[in-house]
Amino acid sequence: MFLPFFYELRRRGVKVGAQEALALAGALQAGLHDSSLDGFYHVARALLVHSETQLDTFDQAFLAHFKGVETAGLELTQELLSWLEEARERQDLSPEELALLEQLDPEEIRRMFEERLREQQERHDGGNRWIGTGGTSPFGNGGFAREGIRVGGKGGRQGAALMQAGARKYAGYRDDLVLDTRQLAVALRKLRAFARDGAPDELDVDESIAATAKNAGELEVVVRPPRRPNTRVVLAMDVGGSMDPYAAVMSRLFSAASHATHFKELRIYYFHNCVYGKLYATPQLTGGMTVPELTAQVGRHHKLVMVGDASMAPYELSIRTDADGHYKADGLEGLTWMMQLAQHFERNVWLNPEPMGTWRSGTISVLARVFPMFPLTVEGLGEAVTHLTRGRTVKGVAARR
Amino acid sequence: MTPVPNPVRFRGTDSYLTNEGLQAAVNCALTLQRPLLVKGEPGTGKTLLAEAIAQSLGQRLLTWHVKSTTRAQDGLYVYDTVQRLYDSRFGDGDVRDIRRYIKMGPLGEAFSAPERVVLLIDEVDKADLEFPNDLLHELDRMRFRVTETGDEVAAKHRPVVVITSNNEKELPDAFLRRCVFHFIDFPDAELMRRIVAVHHPGLEATLTEQALKVFYELRAFTRLRKRPSTSELIDWIAVLKSQGVTDLKLDENLPFLGALLKKEQDLVSVAEAFGRGRRPRA
Repeated sequence: MFLPFFYELRRRGVKVGAQEALALAGALQAGLHDSSLDGFYHVARALLVHSETQLDTFDQAFLAHFKGVETAGLELTQELLSWLEEARERQDLSPEELALLEQLDPEEIRRMFEERLREQQERHDGGNRWIGTGGTSPFGNGGFAREGIRVGGKGGRQGAALMQAGARKYAGYRDDLVLDTRQLAVALRKLRAFARDGAPDELDVDESIAATAKNAGELEVVVRPPRRPNTRVVLAMDVGGSMDPYAAVMSRLFSAASHATHFKELRIYYFHNCVYGKLYATPQLTGGMTVPELTAQVGRHHKLVMVGDASMAPYELSIRTDADGHYKADGLEGLTWMMQLAQHFERNVWLNPEPMGTWRSGTISVLARVFPMFPLTVEGLGEAVTHLTRGRTVKGVAARR
Repeated sequence: MTPVPNPVRFRGTDSYLTNEGLQAAVNCALTLQRPLLVKGEPGTGKTLLAEAIAQSLGQRLLTWHVKSTTRAQDGLYVYDTVQRLYDSRFGDGDVRDIRRYIKMGPLGEAFSAPERVVLLIDEVDKADLEFPNDLLHELDRMRFRVTETGDEVAAKHRPVVVITSNNEKELPDAFLRRCVFHFIDFPDAELMRRIVAVHHPGLEATLTEQALKVFYELRAFTRLRKRPSTSELIDWIAVLKSQGVTDLKLDENLPFLGALLKKEQDLVSVAEAFGRGRRPRA
């Protein structure tokens, strides 16, 4: 019965499978939903959704699939009827009105309501008979009937499934961005390398046993420094202008990198189009340090990851500036600053979000000779990481000719 | 995995208020005997949920606090080589019996317990990326083998497993598929009023209203780095109560703001935003 709902969910990108279907069937068999749509909503949500980013999609699918069911189910009618019993009396009634009301005892209203439910086919507002809003019928909400059945609307039974699904309060948690941060994080994870340094405070079991045996059974404890992550990374990202369309993928990469705990050191810098002597600390291009300062501070073994589309006007590569990024006739060209970076870091890569087909022309082809260039995709990042952990790069020299 | 025919239904406890969604999720986990994964903003009572479940079921609670260095193996058992080496040298006890040196971790303890227990795996996202994957089989089958002795530890009664996550890392799909998921919403004003009433019975109604008003105003203030949550509100009201504060207004003189806001920048920005205009002219 709920299988079409499953395909509705899959169509909307909530990947439910046989495992979820079996779980839901088990839960329904055990009667966890209390035979109500409301209960079904909560049970299905708990079992079919695995992340808060999918809650909104689930609500939408639920709404689309079960809209119209709300007045059909008999169990649900029971629920509606139970509201009737909680209906409050109004205080300001004249004796005549009260007498009139006497005729409508709860039993009568209940009977009428069931009748209407069967007959009513569409929405009715402002009338005196059908279930609707703004009328004098005893059924519905926002109306003027003395006593009756409120159907939906504010102040109704809180948490009725369709109302709750309709509220779409999880829209704020939709974050399609985060969805494959994990893939990027897993790719970046290959970058880690461990080294033993620091104070020796970890017991080396194998060595201790060997030493104890050599010592004719006299206990000989051997300790060693613990393994610590030893990868240091400098990440420089191009921001603004032509990079704006790639903001989403950039922030995904950024969150994957900044959440990675396996780097001993991660420095993140920003630049616009080309590095002109300075790398900035913020995306607004403030703070930061000059290239000579950076190369003095960090060693050759840091891994340099440049991210950018490498697309700009050709003259931008040859603007001469000093180390502070100010124009100066006898300063260094932008391309030269880039080469300085490429030569300082033994292992460096450039990640480019542009499709590979466009790399053979323009400034991309120039920079691709300075930095080994990889596409900014999960696969490309994997290749780049393999490259970073392997040999040293000599491209910067080759481009200098 | 056959569902338990007539499980005890969880309805919250006196001090832990729930809503239908949460109850449905907990009952699904109990009936289907799957781990329950709970996410939500910090301070919305993820950890307390496990205590509430244990309390309402009348079962013992075992807690496993996951840290960045925690490995899946630590949860199963630890083979205490150092002790064995030490004993072999100084001759205390029988070193040939390797079982004496196998110490059960929280998961191993939960499996080998004679009765059904509630196991809380707290902040599963703190550990390494691969950590949840390493636990897949153990949580699925509720059994594992001790390599050193060849013994198999199998759960006599499948424990109720509650896993909390703060979303610092994404969890793998295979792991998520095996869990019942619930996202704890931030309580609305009505539920919050009931929560406050449970924790501070007999609090003056006007103070409650004022405190809630200030609290939701602060949460709506978008410049905050860390928005205050339920637990901070409870603490704050406790301080207000003990100091006999009776009147509250959101301005620069808000008493004990430090209980609500934990970041210095937040305190500064609140003072700037709500103090401006009211500052006495010097």
